[in-house]
Amino acid sequence: MTSVWSQLEPLLTNVQKPARYIGCEGGAKAKSPEQGLISWCFTYPDTYEVGLPNQGLQILYEIINERADARADRSYAPWVDLEERMRENDIPLFSVEHHTPVHEFDVLAFNLSAELTYTNMVNCIDLAGIPIRTADRSVDDTLVIVGGHCTYNPEPIADFVDVVALGDGEEIVGAITDVLVAWEADPGETRQELLRRLAQVEAVYVPSLYEARFEDGHLQQIAPRFGDVPAVVEKATIADLAEWPYPKEQLVPLTEVVHDRLNVEVFRGCTRGCRFCQAGMITRPVRERPADQVRTMVADGLERTGYDEVSLTSLSTADFSDIQPTVTGIMDDGEDAGCGPVSVSLPSLRVDAFGVGIAAQLQKAKRTGLTFAPEAGTWRMRQIINKLIREEDLYEAVDAAYSQGWSRVKLYFLIGLPSETDEDTLGIAELAKNCVALGKKHNKRASVTVSVGGFVPKPFTPFQWFGQNTSQELQRKIDLLKDATRKMRGVNLKWHDPKASLVEGICSRGDRRLGDVIEHVWRNGGTFQEWSERFELDRWIEAMDACGLDVDYFAHRHRKEDEPQSWDHLSAGLHKDFLWQDWQDALAEVGLEDCRWTPCYDCGACTGYGIEHVVASAKPPAGGSQGTGQDLASGAAVPVTLLPKKNRVRV
Amino acid sequence: MSIEPNPKIRVRFLKAGKIRFVSHRDVARIVERALRKVRLPVACSEGFSPRPKISFGLALSVSHESDAEYFDVSLTKAVDVESLALQLTEALPDGLTVTAVQMLEPGSDSLQETITSCTWRIEVLDQTVESVQKAANDVLSSSELLLQRVRKGKTSEVDVRPAILEIAVEGPTTDGVQLVVDLSTETISLRPDELIVVLGEDFRLGRVHRTHQWMTVDGARCEPVKPASSSTRRELSNAS
Repeated sequence: MTSVWSQLEPLLTNVQKPARYIGCEGGAKAKSPEQGLISWCFTYPDTYEVGLPNQGLQILYEIINERADARADRSYAPWVDLEERMRENDIPLFSVEHHTPVHEFDVLAFNLSAELTYTNMVNCIDLAGIPIRTADRSVDDTLVIVGGHCTYNPEPIADFVDVVALGDGEEIVGAITDVLVAWEADPGETRQELLRRLAQVEAVYVPSLYEARFEDGHLQQIAPRFGDVPAVVEKATIADLAEWPYPKEQLVPLTEVVHDRLNVEVFRGCTRGCRFCQAGMITRPVRERPADQVRTMVADGLERTGYDEVSLTSLSTADFSDIQPTVTGIMDDGEDAGCGPVSVSLPSLRVDAFGVGIAAQLQKAKRTGLTFAPEAGTWRMRQIINKLIREEDLYEAVDAAYSQGWSRVKLYFLIGLPSETDEDTLGIAELAKNCVALGKKHNKRASVTVSVGGFVPKPFTPFQWFGQNTSQELQRKIDLLKDATRKMRGVNLKWHDPKASLVEGICSRGDRRLGDVIEHVWRNGGTFQEWSERFELDRWIEAMDACGLDVDYFAHRHRKEDEPQSWDHLSAGLHKDFLWQDWQDALAEVGLEDCRWTPCYDCGACTGYGIEHVVASAKPPAGGSQGTGQDLASGAAVPVTLLPKKNRVRV
Repeated sequence: MSIEPNPKIRVRFLKAGKIRFVSHRDVARIVERALRKVRLPVACSEGFSPRPKISFGLALSVSHESDAEYFDVSLTKAVDVESLALQLTEALPDGLTVTAVQMLEPGSDSLQETITSCTWRIEVLDQTVESVQKAANDVLSSSELLLQRVRKGKTSEVDVRPAILEIAVEGPTTDGVQLVVDLSTETISLRPDELIVVLGEDFRLGRVHRTHQWMTVDGARCEPVKPASSSTRRELSNAS
């Protein structure tokens, strides 16, 4: 093993935030690089501060390091200042543990959570000295593997990656390592032979073993080129989260990062069925961690790390079966251990008084801001997206928040949703105005921050057929809101750049032809596209033109029911006709209940894999199942039309 | 009626190796976590967002190393400082080593108020001993040294000569020349990267190491806390 540290060290005096590059985190595994161990380098294709907290990579990093026959290091994208000096001095991308060149590892594995990191991934591969295209790699080159939510449509990056790991990574990384161990013992001649062996692993997709067939500029089919390669790759799903109490030793960085606190995942999956939400669809079914394991992980984690804050993570933590006793227990444990006051944060708060009640228990001090995500401005629109929060629910929650000492409420909304009218958009301003009025009753300085983002349709959701709003249309809606809120005292409007949403939209449902576009943008210096100061839409438009591809075709066009999609050969378990029916229900402004408390709709996520929801309690969550079209606590139904079951298409 | 002040401890530590690239602010956060790990009864500020009462001395620039860094901690009750150095070192990352812990007398001045000068070992890159010696002699024999400083967008010229207390040329290193300098931290202060500009426009700064921070007691200079005896230090280095 070599180390680039002695070349790197003198450069660090003259770059921003050099602590990004030294490693030395608490919990870091510096497993010595012996001969014969299969070596992984887990890489997040953005800065250290953004990438280090990524829990997925930390989990897999530990799982690999626990194996006797493998080891893992980590790396991150160097910021542009260091990258320039590295290229000048011929220093390749390195791991932070041993400062080993990444090309010396057997595997370079990326987490892809955002489309705008694609050019950074290509840059990292190139900086590592590995050919950027899989077609140009030889049998000895490092394997490039990707996982994460973006890889449910990996076609835009198919040319650059050798292997896609679909779904929960915990078991896949082990199975891939087994194949690599066997390959070392009995190596074949060519890279394709290795890839053929890897394609036999469950939930592994090897893009180069499939042919994407186009006719008249339309994708026809993506089909295996060999008989032993699966026609459809199913995602991996771990059945029981209790068997995977990772990360056991969360990394504690020496420099400040985003989410700089202990994180404990309390459940994976979501059944609320918000139609815009890819995460909720692809991570089904719900698998809860036992409450006592959560408490142990929190207590051990706080003691080991010295953090005084823990976040209980999931897609909707207030829905955790034992949320109330768990939170109380964590706070008691903290005091018993003499660690001083522990603050608990929930990444997403339910829009109801119950959610505020929990928040009040958690934040005894520092009641500055509280965040809710009603997502749309009118009840009509919320039925379409299946986020069935009544206006009363929101007002009740906001009133509870202000009355209990919070002075600022943040509301998240999407714009550019299917069939959205200006009335729906302006409903956002109306809600905000009414929330401020409620707040003024309790606090003269009450304010509401409205944060709007442009909706980007994602694969494996009911909205995957919907043509995204143009960036001009999104901007027009933002301007409408700007005008409407200008004179509303106490309402602050924030928005995401619609131009960035456009690029996300091109990539999220794009096909293999986008590889050339991504390479073009990268070659023209388009790295760190998630950073507004580095993002330029023109570079992408120019690249699309240069490659003869049409932006409208990829982003703005409504798709036909039977049109081949570039992810048809992959499966998240969800039946396509379930998604189509849910899309039709959406257009008919019809909601769908949370299947956790109602009979199964056969979306496919459980039945297809012979698994089911793992929940500690069969009772609905305390406070009812608000926002799901059911009011189970009081037994009363909220005014939602539900299609009779017999009208649903079943498989 | 008098309120009993919180007991205070003063901690001396060294910062060396890769961790020299971690900023002063990040070190403060690391120390906060370490104090929680060893469950020290740290006093907190009043109010809506209570903060632990820890105060650090003069900031050490990123990439500089030091044998003599300090922080003070207010406690809710007195503690046994005997084993604390070792416990804290174990709770801190590699490269941060606690070398002594002392109870402070009530009413002691803060670190910021106390320190009057620092001793630094500074490496000047790509120069000969002769050229550096000559530059040092020129600086020491001048009566005024004007340095341009930009603060809050305003440029001002300051005579920094009074801040330079001592410059000794130690000899050659692999990459240049080693200096030992004493620089004032009082009204007119000077940082090592500024000294290098004063010495020669084309001089480049190599490794920088703070060896001492000094306070003045009854006219004599002394350290805020002496490092623990050599036997304890050996123990510490074994532990790390």
